[in-house]
Amino acid sequence: MNSKPILEIEKEIIEDFALFDSWEDKYEYIIDLGKKLAPLEEQYKIDENKIKGCQSTVWLRADYIDGLIVFKADSDAVIVKGLISMLIKVLSGHTPEEILAAKMDFIGEIGMMTHLAQTRSNGLLAMIKQMKNYALAYQAIGARKDTV
Amino acid sequence: MEGADSLSLNTSRTLSDWLALRQQFPILSREVKGKPLVYFDNAATSQKPQVVIDALSHYYSYYNANIHRGIHTLAEEATMAYEATRDAVRDFVGAAEREEIIFTRGTTEAINLVAYTWGRKHISEGDEILISGMEHHSNIVPWQILCAEKGALLKVVPVEDDGSLSMSAFHELLSERTKLVSIVQVSNALGTVNPVKEIIDAAHRAGAKVLVDGAQSAVHLDIDVQDMDCDFFAFSGHKVYGPTGVGALYGKRELLESMPVFQGGGEMIKEVSFEGTTYADLPYKYEAGTPNIADTIALKAALDFISGIGKAQIRAHEDELLAYATAELKAIPGLKIIGEAAQKVSLVSFVVEGIHPQDIGVLLDNMGIAVRTGHHCTQPLMKRFGIPGTVRASFALYNEKTEIDVLIAALHKTIKMLT
Repeated sequence: MNSKPILEIEKEIIEDFALFDSWEDKYEYIIDLGKKLAPLEEQYKIDENKIKGCQSTVWLRADYIDGLIVFKADSDAVIVKGLISMLIKVLSGHTPEEILAAKMDFIGEIGMMTHLAQTRSNGLLAMIKQMKNYALAYQAIGARKDTV
Repeated sequence: MEGADSLSLNTSRTLSDWLALRQQFPILSREVKGKPLVYFDNAATSQKPQVVIDALSHYYSYYNANIHRGIHTLAEEATMAYEATRDAVRDFVGAAEREEIIFTRGTTEAINLVAYTWGRKHISEGDEILISGMEHHSNIVPWQILCAEKGALLKVVPVEDDGSLSMSAFHELLSERTKLVSIVQVSNALGTVNPVKEIIDAAHRAGAKVLVDGAQSAVHLDIDVQDMDCDFFAFSGHKVYGPTGVGALYGKRELLESMPVFQGGGEMIKEVSFEGTTYADLPYKYEAGTPNIADTIALKAALDFISGIGKAQIRAHEDELLAYATAELKAIPGLKIIGEAAQKVSLVSFVVEGIHPQDIGVLLDNMGIAVRTGHHCTQPLMKRFGIPGTVRASFALYNEKTEIDVLIAALHKTIKMLT
């Protein structure tokens, strides 16, 4: 699981992006991340895992393992896949509380704010919201287990 | 109008004439992401010439007033300018009378107006409304709502592989049960120009009325509603170089007179008492409340701008751009044009094998190129072609061949980055 705190992972991504001096380098990196994202098994590419509000199709699955949430995702658009790969890198393997508390400021820092603003076509905001929704749901499940 | 007038020659325009026209659109000189803007999203909305921007600003800074009822000078000037646009729209669509022009927020509201008024009165259980498989959602959903309410049937004329309408299917689907044919004149996703005259003639013989959705056609084609003989025609101001938030519905006088009112309120009444209200005459009967005065006034500047150049001249220029873009795009390996009907306006929709349209759009934006990607509010049409969406480049009178060269070079780079 992910032992690094969310803020530290965010900092690493910001540092990575600081090395790029052109938009081409930045996007080639994101496209590469998209291509390398671990595939989501076909049986999970179902309607209930689809994120609404994206121009491309995005599937997101979350498993709750030993108190930590593990995200898996896929998309038919590679840039979106690269963006969600970064979100997974930051949020996956953390507790629901950590995920809910994450401010995700790195998105602005790496100049991807336009993706966040264009919620209808890019859906980055919809993805983060869905990840946080999973965290909220699993937090409730975890809390129930504690009381049993 | 000085610029456009000085260019309204009968001879063909030279390249420098077109460049001079282009300079009348201030937005086109801006940069996007450090590169000169290439604006190819004209089918979504066109840019505005300075005369339109000036008309808006002049209205607000010089004679802003509520229209029709005031007796002071400002109200009179505003009313005259507002009503002058009605005359300009009448000329623009070739209507016989100014009373047949109803101002709306745009095409969508115009279609809804017909659905809620004429539709509520004339459509009943078992009736059929005929649309096509290439309609914008705005010409699908109002009829679905009406059909659900009345127990009527919505029938759809299929689209051929080349993006043209199946006219044989149209003639088969048309019957005495058909009460209305609502058809797009030009497809926003494919560029196809539909044979509306043939459709209208056949529909009338079958006893059906016809609404023509002119959202995409009004800017490219010569519109003559009398020659077409359509019963209703709708278009949007913002797609004809005018402001957003204003459009018009043309309807034949006898239809508009017999239809029930749309929205109730000020402007649309003759006399109000708590016992009952009488409604205003055409066109005010359908224009409840204070209208969008500023944008309506500025719409005239846009229509004058177009007529100052001439639709034939614009069409010739745009056809040249379409032919050039089509040939250049086809030369790109893996690229497939969606919609190759014989009759098209200057709009190219395409997909690239193995690449999602959205990825192309994002990278093109980084090179200052504005295209539209997605389903273009025509989800059933995208489903018919088995694609999630397309990349759409749509051209306007101010676009140039050199911009298409920029797009082609950018596409090569985009495909290289994505594969």
